[in-house]
Amino acid sequence: MSLITGFLFVVIAPLVGGLLSGIDRKLTARMQGRIGPPLLQPFYDVEKLFQKENLVARHTQNLYMEFFFVMTIFTGALFFSGGDLLLVIFSLTLAGVFFALGGYKASSPYSFIGAQRETLQMMAYEPAVLLVAVGMYMVTKSFQVADIIAYPKPLILDLPGFFLAFFFILAIKFRKSPFDLSTSHHAHQELVKGITTEFSGRTLALIEIAHWYEYVFVLGIGYLFFAWNMWIGLVVTFFLFELIIIIDNAAARVRWQWMVGGAWIIALIAGMGNILYLMLRH
Amino acid sequence: MLFQLLSFLIIFPLCIAALAFINRKASAFAPLVYTGAGMLILASLMLLSIPLGGKTVMIPAHITWAEPVILISEIAISAFLLFLALKRKDIVVSSLVVASAGLLFWFYFGPGHAAHAENNLFLDPFSVIMGLIVGMIGSLIAVYAVGYMKDFCKHHREIPDRRPVFFGIIFLFLSAMFGVCFSNNLFWLFFFWEITTVCSFLLIGYKGDEPSVKNAFGALRWNMLGGLAFLVGIIYLYMSTGTVELDKALQLPKAVVLLPVVLISFAGMTKSAQLPFSSWLVGAMVAPTPVSALLHSSTMVKAGVYIVLKFAPVLEGTLAGFVVALIGILTFLMGSFICISQTDAKKVLAYSTIANLGLIILCAGVGTYEAVWAGILLIIFHAIAKGLLFLCVGVVEHTIGSRRIEDMSGLIMRMPRVSVMMQVGIAGMFLAPFGMLISKWAVLKALLDYNPFLALFLVFGSSATLFFWVKWIGKLLVIDRPYQKLEAKVSKDQMFALGTLTVLTILMCGFFSHVANTMIEPYVFMIYGKQMEMSAGNVTTMGIMLTMVALFPFSFLDSSRKVKITDAYLAGANTGERSHQFTSSLGGVKDMALKNYYLEDHFPEARLMGLGVGLAILLCVALAVIGGVGCL
Repeated sequence: MSLITGFLFVVIAPLVGGLLSGIDRKLTARMQGRIGPPLLQPFYDVEKLFQKENLVARHTQNLYMEFFFVMTIFTGALFFSGGDLLLVIFSLTLAGVFFALGGYKASSPYSFIGAQRETLQMMAYEPAVLLVAVGMYMVTKSFQVADIIAYPKPLILDLPGFFLAFFFILAIKFRKSPFDLSTSHHAHQELVKGITTEFSGRTLALIEIAHWYEYVFVLGIGYLFFAWNMWIGLVVTFFLFELIIIIDNAAARVRWQWMVGGAWIIALIAGMGNILYLMLRH
Repeated sequence: MLFQLLSFLIIFPLCIAALAFINRKASAFAPLVYTGAGMLILASLMLLSIPLGGKTVMIPAHITWAEPVILISEIAISAFLLFLALKRKDIVVSSLVVASAGLLFWFYFGPGHAAHAENNLFLDPFSVIMGLIVGMIGSLIAVYAVGYMKDFCKHHREIPDRRPVFFGIIFLFLSAMFGVCFSNNLFWLFFFWEITTVCSFLLIGYKGDEPSVKNAFGALRWNMLGGLAFLVGIIYLYMSTGTVELDKALQLPKAVVLLPVVLISFAGMTKSAQLPFSSWLVGAMVAPTPVSALLHSSTMVKAGVYIVLKFAPVLEGTLAGFVVALIGILTFLMGSFICISQTDAKKVLAYSTIANLGLIILCAGVGTYEAVWAGILLIIFHAIAKGLLFLCVGVVEHTIGSRRIEDMSGLIMRMPRVSVMMQVGIAGMFLAPFGMLISKWAVLKALLDYNPFLALFLVFGSSATLFFWVKWIGKLLVIDRPYQKLEAKVSKDQMFALGTLTVLTILMCGFFSHVANTMIEPYVFMIYGKQMEMSAGNVTTMGIMLTMVALFPFSFLDSSRKVKITDAYLAGANTGERSHQFTSSLGGVKDMALKNYYLEDHFPEARLMGLGVGLAILLCVALAVIGGVGCL
């Protein structure tokens, strides 16, 4: 873990993320009895977006999204270069705040409600993400991602509760059903395209790529639980993603009360149980 | 030199106050306030030039006239308060005043007759920090208040113009705050403590109408109760150990000083509006905004957390400390949740102050070196950002005639500079890489090494703060109809105070590791002999983040290029004002409206407050029992 891995993330993550997105569409299509687009369709889409005219509803709305893009890459790079997990999470929050503010700034009813819901989603997932850091610190005595990865035993055995809380919020972070409240990749939404309604062309492409970075980064956090063996870690992480896609297609979107309440209650109970378990074991 | 500086900081604002009381001409006080504030800022900056070398400097300061003056002032204050309380037929306040005055006299002329302090004043790195906060932020608020109160008098013709008195009280307040920060003699400290109570009482009741007077008495009630606990604490300390000095008390074995420390912490918690006493600080919102800014950022509540943090080494590892920490985290949680449902900007700020003070009290209760480090950092950042936010809201209220967050739509168009400063203030309260977030990071670390269960609750409160701050910034950015620019109405002195605080917020973030290393670190090391580690890698990371955030405003410079503006999608035909109005499917032109979520059903103020107060009363009872058992 060093600056090199961080740099590798910047280069490779959009490719991996785009591929994951392609797999998502393929799998979704199959589950719906369609053949689905080619695997590389997301890349074609983004390329086309870059060629389109950049239309906005408000003058400066794109700046927030560009900043979201930069901060997301920074967050992932910080994570993959082995930095402090808490700082990574704060940086993620900063990126998320800019994403939401972009939606506010666009000032259309749809982007506005999308932005509100995005903020709610952040409130829902933040405790679980922070608790992941808390749990990892309790076991490895370090917040440094590099130290956590180097921990010789499987963390999942020590932190099942925190993993459960994290799994619950994965769908929120990926903006997948049942928690695709702010915006949705497929046409699951009554709010047009939610927070991204007023974004087009190059900016929309950047948002899409930023989400690819996010995929890889968030799965990276999941990988930490299994990092004692790289191959097992990668396989489990991949299946985690597939599971989220299957749930996405099998579940209907819930109200925000269920999302926030569910994420918080699970984080609270599972977190408390896990902390108790760790303390009793010592 | 040092003695002169400290006595100047305490006595000079007193002189300004006296001048303001004597010369009540409206033309005279503005220059007086500017001069006084300027001198105070310079004098408090001079605190930095004192080579402490990571040690406490004790100053004997044996002034022969000090004791009689303090005694006479205390008689005068008690008589004054008793008169007001009796006039209002407030039994609770009257009996508290009588009890506390009686106790004091009994002590002075009875057992405490020979009480003697070797050193009356002191200076250590923590009191330097407090002195700077009081001197810089307090003075800036006074400067701002000159312009603000001018508008205030115009808006409120029904209230008699008593501005010289108002400013007199503010400077008296600052003087007392310096006294609190530099006193080593606990009876001096108590004297200044009571003056801050009286000043806040007078300032909250400044308007003189029924709600103001009612809330002023509400504040007085809790603070007098805290004051009484403080007094009992120091008298007990003297009777059982023979010392009246802060530094000596901190050196004594824990078992001996625990009861006095619990009592003083109780006083600190009333003053810093912890649950179950929080209602007085919310009620204090009736006062003119500079008063709120003063109470919430640099004075009053900071005196409360200062004294509890000062005694943190005693609380460390004790059951009493744990209960104090529980009260702190409970206050943080409830305060943060209640903020979500508040539409009034000042109430959001009030509850967020209560929440953040809870965090500091939590740190004090935990009492480890990491926690104290985090607590002091929180005091600094909170003072600056909260001062800035209150002053922004005050300006906005006078300009747009409302302080509801819903009415702040499009503020970025109407008052561009103020709204950007407000955004900096808000970012300073919760967003990386600004100060409060660094502090929260430190708190989390400290909690994990102490009791991970507390950390569990911290993360929920912290997420709630994220939600209400983001939706507030969002509201400032939203443009839901065409707006006129209104900013020209804001006076120069107000802008000066706002600008300086904004720059301070950003600078403190940039130089935070320097501040931590030169000011907080020596204090923590002096007491615990341990060093708080902040890895160089993390400092660099935060530097990069700050640079990126700082670059963000520059991206607006060439924002007009390459974009084509079209109508926003309104699910109807855009009509008239194209992005704001539409023809709906039922016909007729409609205005678009954008309203924030407040989730009143899920985060109801009254129920959460009731729950918090109930739990906190139980915790206070537990604290009393622990303190009582400890002294047996």
